[in-house]
Amino acid sequence: MNALTKADLADKLYEELGLNKREAKEMVELFFEEIRGSLAVNNQVKLSGFGNFDLRDKRERPGRNPKTGEEIPISARRVVTFKPGQKLKVRVEAYAGTKQQ
Amino acid sequence: MALTKSELIDRIAAKQAQLSHKDVELAVKTMVEEMSQALSTGGRIEIRGFGSFSLHYRGSRVGRNPKTGVSVDLTGKYVPHFKPGKELRERVNASRSASASAAEDETAPSVSANS
Repeated sequence: MNALTKADLADKLYEELGLNKREAKEMVELFFEEIRGSLAVNNQVKLSGFGNFDLRDKRERPGRNPKTGEEIPISARRVVTFKPGQKLKVRVEAYAGTKQQ
Repeated sequence: MALTKSELIDRIAAKQAQLSHKDVELAVKTMVEEMSQALSTGGRIEIRGFGSFSLHYRGSRVGRNPKTGVSVDLTGKYVPHFKPGKELRERVNASRSASASAAEDETAPSVSANS
């Protein structure tokens, strides 16, 4: 199955909501840009029914160049983590069940 | 303060003069539902500059009821996983660098005084 992309989301807004193609494309861009913008100022994002985008500060830790085996520290950094909401988790698990049958 | 779905809708509506607040609300809910739907049917999501969502398999295991200690067989399942894209990773980490260098500036005099 092909991955869902921004173009697919814009098509959906065009087909189902009647936004024109330019509006639909802008809407998709704005949606992800607002989420990025919030995370870029260290502000968590909560989309009920889907999940939360949280921020974590990681300390420096030892690492290794997988090619050369050379030890190099992985610098301290801030990362985004996604915590799926209960509703999404249940829906995804339900799929797993149907696939096994 | 966390950015919630309703606040996200307000912010987009403020930047989208042509569309009503109601239209923006419907659009955001439609997008979130499409994304949930994709994952719930075993699909992936790939948003350039943001990141990708996929499913990770968690194998079956024997769990234990923490109250009674009785062991239970837990079947394998899929869980949603998000991998941030390059632009998101860089912007998020840049916010840390900004606050970290500000903190270093504040502590710098005392550090040099100690050494």
